[in-house]
Amino acid sequence: MEIGGIIAYLVSFAIMAGIYAVFCLGLNIQWGYTGLFNIGIAGFFCIGAYASAMITTPKPTGIYAHYVHQIFGLNLPFIVGLVGAAVICGIIAFLIGIPTLKLSEDYLAIATLGIAETFRLIFNNEHWLANGPRGLMGLPQPFQGLIDPKNYNYIYLVIIVIIMVVIYIAIEKAIRSPWGRVLRGIREDEVSAAMSGKDIFHFKMQSLVFGSMVMGIGGALYAHYTKSISPDVFTPLYGTFIIWVMLMAGGSGNNKGAVLGAYAIWAIWIGTKFMTDFLPYTLKARAPYIRFLIIGILLEIILIYRPQGLLGEEKKVSKMMD
Amino acid sequence: MVELTIYGIVLGSIISLGSIGLTLVYGIIRFANFSHGDFLTAGAYVALFLVTGIMAWIGIPDTNFGSLSFGWRMVIAFPISMAVVAGVAILLDQILYRRLRAKKSGAVILAMSSLGAAFIIRMIILILWGADSLFYKPGLMRPAIELPLGAKIRPDQILILCVVLFLVAALHIFLKSTKMGKAMRATADNKELALVTGIDTERIIIWTWGIGGALAAAAGILYGIDVQLHPYMGWNFLIPLFAATILGSIGNMYGALIGGLIIGVAQQVSTAFLMPTYKLPVAFIIMILILFIRPQGIFGKE
Repeated sequence: MEIGGIIAYLVSFAIMAGIYAVFCLGLNIQWGYTGLFNIGIAGFFCIGAYASAMITTPKPTGIYAHYVHQIFGLNLPFIVGLVGAAVICGIIAFLIGIPTLKLSEDYLAIATLGIAETFRLIFNNEHWLANGPRGLMGLPQPFQGLIDPKNYNYIYLVIIVIIMVVIYIAIEKAIRSPWGRVLRGIREDEVSAAMSGKDIFHFKMQSLVFGSMVMGIGGALYAHYTKSISPDVFTPLYGTFIIWVMLMAGGSGNNKGAVLGAYAIWAIWIGTKFMTDFLPYTLKARAPYIRFLIIGILLEIILIYRPQGLLGEEKKVSKMMD
Repeated sequence: MVELTIYGIVLGSIISLGSIGLTLVYGIIRFANFSHGDFLTAGAYVALFLVTGIMAWIGIPDTNFGSLSFGWRMVIAFPISMAVVAGVAILLDQILYRRLRAKKSGAVILAMSSLGAAFIIRMIILILWGADSLFYKPGLMRPAIELPLGAKIRPDQILILCVVLFLVAALHIFLKSTKMGKAMRATADNKELALVTGIDTERIIIWTWGIGGALAAAAGILYGIDVQLHPYMGWNFLIPLFAATILGSIGNMYGALIGGLIIGVAQQVSTAFLMPTYKLPVAFIIMILILFIRPQGIFGKE
């Protein structure tokens, strides 16, 4: 591979890992800072991607309408798609939070898992909604006309990095505020936080909604990167499990860890692809399973031997304390 | 409708078997075991390996019993597979959960570890058998018996109900009259009190995993006989299993039994109005409704 090819490969690597870093940041708000156990990230991934896709594309007309069914198409700019994805994910998170956040942590996990599977089935089966299993194609990309399409990924990488930094700073600001300290208080000891007069349910709800909105943005970023989405992308493996491994590896409760974990685990994931290329022909079709097996074992090793992850939690988040 | 209800009871009895194990683990070891669905898958595939692999090699005849779809091979494979999956469940506890308990990790970390274990089990099955649907006996005609009201039932399904009934009765007797069973119930009721009275909780945990794994394996094989085998079959059972467990109150074996039947019938009857692929959301919606109306479940205390 010549040098240009290698650079292009690295750029696409950095984009995908950057998208996963956005999900990790969202999950870090929920799990890292509040202790909310969301194992339905794929659901918010899916909703964010479809919401943005339908906001930014026009509704098919004429002959296309026979082939592509889409309940609405607003043909609005990219940024509206991002905001729309975040808002819709926030509303869904709010609705899930109502019955589950007053109960113990497991209920949220089971409910988010259920919602993720349900949305995937709905998008797969309801052809009128978003074209069923074939999904949506030809999603617009921002600043598309500015550069030769072959070099477009450079622009998208810049967009991803900007959005990642904005989200990172927003979360850092929020976590270092009194609000963020209440969240951590709830995570450490719910009873004493409640005794200090904090409304546990509302704080948990805000954290769940905030985190899910970030995940919605992640979904939208993914959709406009690949330009085509279909329900089979948003599986528990690619949509939820790998993101959990990334956050646990990087260090939950640490935003730098969340980003680092996303890049490190994505590098391992890509690296295992090179490894499985050496497998005998008969095993090649099953290579993705072998790669996921490695990721699964990695999670168990982290949980037992290094539960704090690579970076670990930053204990002091107040400027007032030294 | 009568036919759908009967099929629902068959499906529900399979869910019941799975959720009884899940509710015991939940009640005694105190965490949500997300790998329970994949225990079902493991049980079904271990039996497949025994029936089509080892026993064909040994040369055990492959003839069916009357109008059932299986014979001696399955009768031998059934308990072996239950024992193997019980062993897998205990092994996972020894390798993973015991260490996490020793480190005083929270229930959520244990649940996350079980989610990882679920993926590990499924990936091993996918590596060994691939992603296609499989049958214990491919291309077999499945005759059905006519019942009144135009309903049909296959002999296999009657047998499934009998096996479930037998296993539940055996578990009932075990929990009521053996020392270990009583200790398990005591631990589910009040762990601290059980510890104070000198009950060895580590031994109880091993027994709980064994029983949970064995019942899950039985459920998986029965589903494989009734429908088919698929690497994701157990994962798709996970939400119905949790729905049944929550519906029947966590830790309550009889609640899980009834919860399983309710979920199974609801899922099967829903296919009269909805696409069959929406069985999982139906279970999920029932669970959400229960969380709104009565989060402690039917048999839970206020």
